Amino acid sequence: MSNKPQTLFDKVWDAHIVKQVADGPDVLFIDRHFIHEVTSPVAFLGLKNRNVDVMFPEKTFATADHNTPTINQHLPVADVLSANQLKALEENSAKYGISHWGLGNPKNGIVHVVGPENGITLPGMTIVCGDSHTSTHGAFGCIAFGIGTSEVEMVLASQCIMQPKPKKMRINVHGSMGKGVTPKDVVLYIISKLTAAGATGYFVEFAGPVFEEMSMEGRMTVCNMSIEMGARGGMIAPDETTFNYINGREKAPKGEAWVNSLAYWKTLKTDEGSVFDIEYNYEGADIEPMITYGTNPGMGMGISQRIPTAEGMESGKVSYEKSLSYMGFDEDQPMLGKKIDYVFIGSCTNGRIEDFRAFASIVKGRKKADNVTAWVVPGSHVVEQQIKDEGILDILIEAGFELRQPGCSACLAMNDDKIPVGKYAVSTSNRNFEGRQGPGARTLLASPLVAAAAAVTGIITDPRTLIG
Amino acid sequence: MAYDKFTVLSSTAVPLPIENVDTDQIIPARFLKATKREGFDENLFRDWRYNPDNTPKQDFVLNNPIYTGKILVGGRNFGSGSSREHAAWAIYDYGFRCVVSSFFADIFKNNSMNIGILPVTVSEGFLHQIFTAIENDPNTLIEVSLEAQTITLVSTGEKESFDINGYKKHNLMNGFDDIDFLHNIKTEITAFAENSKY
Ligand code: SF4
Repeated sequence: MSNKPQTLFDKVWDAHIVKQVADGPDVLFIDRHFIHEVTSPVAFLGLKNRNVDVMFPEKTFATADHNTPTINQHLPVADVLSANQLKALEENSAKYGISHWGLGNPKNGIVHVVGPENGITLPGMTIVCGDSHTSTHGAFGCIAFGIGTSEVEMVLASQCIMQPKPKKMRINVHGSMGKGVTPKDVVLYIISKLTAAGATGYFVEFAGPVFEEMSMEGRMTVCNMSIEMGARGGMIAPDETTFNYINGREKAPKGEAWVNSLAYWKTLKTDEGSVFDIEYNYEGADIEPMITYGTNPGMGMGISQRIPTAEGMESGKVSYEKSLSYMGFDEDQPMLGKKIDYVFIGSCTNGRIEDFRAFASIVKGRKKADNVTAWVVPGSHVVEQQIKDEGILDILIEAGFELRQPGCSACLAMNDDKIPVGKYAVSTSNRNFEGRQGPGARTLLASPLVAAAAAVTGIITDPRTLIG
Repeated sequence: MAYDKFTVLSSTAVPLPIENVDTDQIIPARFLKATKREGFDENLFRDWRYNPDNTPKQDFVLNNPIYTGKILVGGRNFGSGSSREHAAWAIYDYGFRCVVSSFFADIFKNNSMNIGILPVTVSEGFLHQIFTAIENDPNTLIEVSLEAQTITLVSTGEKESFDINGYKKHNLMNGFDDIDFLHNIKTEITAFAENSKY
């Protein structure tokens, strides 16, 4: 190896190249593969048709999450097709010897919540899953990205994936986050600047004081959303915060293995003088609580601003107007004060304990607004238990909220948690596409604080006015 | 999954001049419940194509019989969003073999090539030309040659070249996929795994 300065991304990528194909992709070894019920059945079918085995079953982990009910999980799943998918996951896992955390298992939860929670996700790994928000695991200094079902089959069969090396982008956020501003706002702000396709073809490293100061939960929220700027994935260099989070988790290395791992993990940072294909700089002080007003995550704005006018659009005026008309909004309107119908807190973006703490901090001593239906959905059973143990459940109940059971829920509305036609939902999830949360549903993406402020007032409210 | 080999495709095209067509539009999540790869074409662009009572929406392009063909032409940033390969399956099963746009989302592009759809990236200007040509004459023929890496408006001869890496090109032209390739380097993979840190 030469002494040329290397980026974190290069270090991890290069350490996983099995082979380079001339005028083609790199063959990349995959350390961890997560699977769930929706994108894996056809992959297993493919294996069966080809008559090949799973090469390293111990490197794949299955959890049921996308298509599971969030109430009465002890009962048989009523939807026949959903029940079939869950059964297929269980049977395929058993057949090939893959670890499976199905419904009712105390470790069950959303794949991108349970991986880190159990120490499966470790710095320097390559991680894939048939879900685009696999980028979440980049918070640990991993190269983690979403794949399609053919690729799921590929990883099961060979533990490898064939990918051209993406270009490198670094996004630095300087200073610190202001009052009422959360990691979700930081990432929505970045996407609003870069647009929903602004990082396509790149792998992003998030750097600078704002990320260094962030908790692991916050870093996961940021990396989770890197796909929403079009990036293949996003990552943050591991540091003491990372190591403290991992230490002691079930599948984390122990004893001597821990010491050795730590020594390696500490080398996982971008060397001084490394070159990125492109770099962006932002100031934490410029970021206020954010909310989206349109039908892609790039259509976000500071909560106190007015909806942009089509005039300023570089291109796509027609698409912009179509989007606003779907949302039932007009350009140049304020968002503050608009009446909303639903609030959803949960998903792999904001379904971790810190998110419920933030939500509870505003809800405490207040009541849910009568016009609001709220779905409060923990990311995993572990998070659910923490919510109970920390007394957050009491605060929620006191304020008129119910806690549901873990799963993806209204993030993609495959189960019964669908927002009805034309209704407005303030959601802590990651996508506001047309119909994402149910046919005709209108999604406003925001942080847990903005969601809480909307839940207790029934309108879009600046959470800073409710924080003491 | 075996798919048809791709060499030269000469066909009329279906225009969808909308930007950021995301995979939730291509196939909504509620149609992802199958455990087999069957019938996804029925739900391609479901909510743009059908009313809630399942009657076709007359103004949507797939319901307009004057537009047909094996080529789908979409606006910038086609296929953004979810990693669901079901989106590519739905497009393939409907009968499209090629999607043309000025910009594709990464995962969609990979998924497409893995199942035998050729994503062709053209310049913004040429995309506009294609849309205009189809608007003026829905029978406009477009020729896509993977061999030559060109896309041509047959009536005028206007053409543009497109990029694709040699490896993927070879696969598409022969109907191979990555698993065939990986299968042949199993020994190398095993050797690599033995030194793996995790
Ligand atoms: S919560 Fe949403 S984004 Fe996250 S894994 Fe589930 S469906 Fe995907």
